[in-house]
Amino acid sequence: MLESRIIDALKEIVGAENVATETQDLLCYSYDATQMEFLPDVVVYPGNTEEISRVLMLANGESIPVFPRGAGSGFSGGSLAKGGGISLVTTRLNRILRIDQENLLAEVEPGVVTEHFQLEVEKLGLFYPPDPASLKFSTLGGNVSENAGGPRAVKYGVTRDFVMGLEVVLPTGEIIRTGGETYKGVVGYDLTRLLVGSEGTLGVVTKIIFKLLPYPEAKKTMLTTFDSIDGAARAVSTIIGNKIIPTTLEFMDYATLQCVDRRFNLGLPVEARAVLLIEVDGDRELIEKQAAKIHEVIKPLGLVEFKVAKDAAESEALWKVRRLVSPSLRDVNPDKYNEDIVVPRSKVPDVIRRIEQIQKKYDIPIVNFGHAGDGNIHVNIMIDKAVPGMEEKAHEAIAEVFRAALDLGGTMSGEHGVGLSKQPFIPLELSPTQIATMQAIKKALDPNNILNPGKMFPVG
Amino acid sequence: MDPLKHVEKELKKCVKCGACRAHCPAFAAWQREPAAARGKVALAQHLMKQDITLDDQTYLAMSKCLLCGSCVEKCPNEVPTDEIVIAAREALAQRRGLTTFHKAVGRVIRNRKLMNFGAFAAAILGPLFFRKVPATSGLRLRFPLPFVGGKRHIPQLAKKPFLNRHPEVIPGEPGKPRIVFFVGCMTNFVYTEVGEAALALFRHLGCTVIIPKDQQCCGLPGMSGGDLATVRELAEKNLAALEKYEADYIMTACATCGGALHKFYPLVVGKRNPELMARLKAIAEKTVDAAQLLQQLGLHPAETGAGEKLTITYHDPCHLRTRGITRQPRELLQGAPGVELTEMEGADKCCGLGGTFNVYHYDTSLKINAGKSEAILKTGAEAVVTGCPGCMMQLSDGLKQAGARTKVMHTLEILARKLH
Ligand SMILES: Cc1cc2nc3c(=O)[nH]c(=O)nc-3n(C[C@H](O)[C@H](O)[C@H](O)COP(=O)(O)OP(=O)(O)OC[C@H]3O[C@@H](n4cnc5c(N)ncnc54)[C@H](O)[C@@H]3O)c2cc1C
Repeated sequence: MLESRIIDALKEIVGAENVATETQDLLCYSYDATQMEFLPDVVVYPGNTEEISRVLMLANGESIPVFPRGAGSGFSGGSLAKGGGISLVTTRLNRILRIDQENLLAEVEPGVVTEHFQLEVEKLGLFYPPDPASLKFSTLGGNVSENAGGPRAVKYGVTRDFVMGLEVVLPTGEIIRTGGETYKGVVGYDLTRLLVGSEGTLGVVTKIIFKLLPYPEAKKTMLTTFDSIDGAARAVSTIIGNKIIPTTLEFMDYATLQCVDRRFNLGLPVEARAVLLIEVDGDRELIEKQAAKIHEVIKPLGLVEFKVAKDAAESEALWKVRRLVSPSLRDVNPDKYNEDIVVPRSKVPDVIRRIEQIQKKYDIPIVNFGHAGDGNIHVNIMIDKAVPGMEEKAHEAIAEVFRAALDLGGTMSGEHGVGLSKQPFIPLELSPTQIATMQAIKKALDPNNILNPGKMFPVG
Repeated sequence: MDPLKHVEKELKKCVKCGACRAHCPAFAAWQREPAAARGKVALAQHLMKQDITLDDQTYLAMSKCLLCGSCVEKCPNEVPTDEIVIAAREALAQRRGLTTFHKAVGRVIRNRKLMNFGAFAAAILGPLFFRKVPATSGLRLRFPLPFVGGKRHIPQLAKKPFLNRHPEVIPGEPGKPRIVFFVGCMTNFVYTEVGEAALALFRHLGCTVIIPKDQQCCGLPGMSGGDLATVRELAEKNLAALEKYEADYIMTACATCGGALHKFYPLVVGKRNPELMARLKAIAEKTVDAAQLLQQLGLHPAETGAGEKLTITYHDPCHLRTRGITRQPRELLQGAPGVELTEMEGADKCCGLGGTFNVYHYDTSLKINAGKSEAILKTGAEAVVTGCPGCMMQLSDGLKQAGARTKVMHTLEILARKLH
């Protein structure tokens, strides 16, 4: 519990109506998409950079933990107030400040919802490609802090690749700007890159300058079905080996297809063992050629069906297969751990084989799908927490999945971040020196350890 | 039994992903998590565990739901937040008693004698009615409503309720469908012209139309307050009234009444009263929306709907949209000569009425509605058309507050233009 003096001071900074202490309010800011729950002592909704700065100065002076929070859609518990403190919600900072059509950039506040921003720039014929599946509700501040990615990352990259500059309030309350409005710039350390993906541990992002692209003229969606997982995986490297970089290369394994089919009756060919959803975009003529070429080069790889969407409605119908994955999974088991390992593209078949072995060893259903084009696989370990011992088994299986990814030259997480969920596994991937280096940076910026403490690094 | 036990399984389905934040009209208005579906589910989970203390704030949080079903439609895990909120409100009512307002609602919708339109208006239209009722009136004393808002424009009340105007059975041609008309309070007391249009259209098709005199309020206002005892009573009476006649269809011209009969009766009433389930399901299966049925029976709007040129835009009532009825009314309207339909932005967005929501949260309800009015006005249409008398009242209010002259009409009124 915070002293009433502190609550009063917070009210003085942001206005009484923007401070919440009722149990129901605290409860509603105690969770994110990980389903863990930690009650903050107070929820604060600041309205601008200065207010955030004053909140942090107060918190720093009084050693009160502050937990930045966007939409709370995170998959690793990054926004949760473990140990209590101030939940600092950025959703009132929700303005698109400007869209600069000459320099192809935009400046936004962190509370803007991703899709809202995309639709606004698209009205001007511009394009902001990062498309996490949560884009209808996640905030841009959350995207930057988790370095979110999505299906289009194969061709366009992740959030990081679009951040040109930031305004950030440091844990001590000082306000700095990093990067800027130019593509080039080599003066000093690249603090922008350091802050992107820092999970709200180094500063609170209050403004973001994003790079924009012209909106592609056209796109083409293809749903391709293979008689083996290997065929589908080889298709990925074959397409790219043929110098075609699709926008999207989404992959679904047999277990995933069975789940979706059971519920929604997709009518897939009986030989189907894996599906790749492929999308190309760009110049109208070019994508026609690319689609034809893709068909030609993947044909020998055990292709059993090749569907091309003729228009937007058909494209939507093909995407539906991918979108139905999430709702179908729970038919396998009520609970799931959703990991998002990454391996080099060419190692996708190997990692899938390793996961199959892990599945057999622990006798737990594992369903794999995801962004095969960049080697980012969503590994869904389906369990029933009510079954005694299953959760523990799942934890062991997860550790082995991580080890498999690391052995193959990959990483434990491509998008979801460390937060609380992956903390215990950090030493698998990072050496003590790497961790010490990061902690030194953290200490330099946050001497009193008040900003999102207890996250990311191994505890104890 | 704790009412939340009825939704125990459903409560577990929510994984707190936050997808509802994109679709919940209450969240869009308040921008705070307790107003989002996810927040209300979280609160309900804790209410069940009984690890939070109840106070007025708990009520307030739980009252921030329009029961529109937008989140249910879009939820990746198919969490029925509307059903959960009803159970949570029931639990709150059991633990702390019904609010004064909901007690008043229950008293009126339960009582046939009280159910003249003055009393109806007092209970259902609450604040809107009170502007027309003198401060000294006994009605005001009977329904002390602390939240009466002064700004609201209220619809004209009908001189004679629809149910008093027609015989119970209006015979049609032999061999043609027999249709029981579930009228609903708004049509009965306020928008009687909707009832007349329905009657004219189905008679035009040769149908026998049956209007059981002893039908009651569908009970949704009670459900939305957690007064499930009242809802059960009404459902039983309605069952008796609707079962009295052999019929092919039970037709509603009110999206909300249709939603009650079709969805909430089995889902909410049936779950709590298993002995009624089979009968409730039988009624639910027969229940169809008027526009849906007209199309199914092959109505040619060219014959019945011809009239002067009229530009319109269409608003999707939540309780039609969530039942998949979006295409049928549009197709019928577009088939009516002289009618020109322009789609508005966000036609599928809730108007903000939400049963008794607009009584508790009039300003927020208006705020939600303001966006709607703006979208309607942007189309430049002369009339906004919809399939729910509740939405009609809310849309009229919003448009009047915006100083607009746009007409508000029911789909059936347009389709019956030539029959009047
Ligand atoms: C259904 C679903 C699908 C998803 N799909 C994807 C996907 O395809 N790709 C992907 O990458 N992720 C995905 N995610 C995860 C999540 O949506 C992303 O991590 C997103 O970027 C989080 O945004 P948020 O606004 O919800 O942030 P929150 O969850 O509120 O916060 C996330 C982290 O960012 C910090 N933070 C938030 N705002 C700020 C700020 N202004 N300054 C400093 N720190 C801040 C928080 O402290 C926390 O550590 C998905 C999540 C769900 C529920």
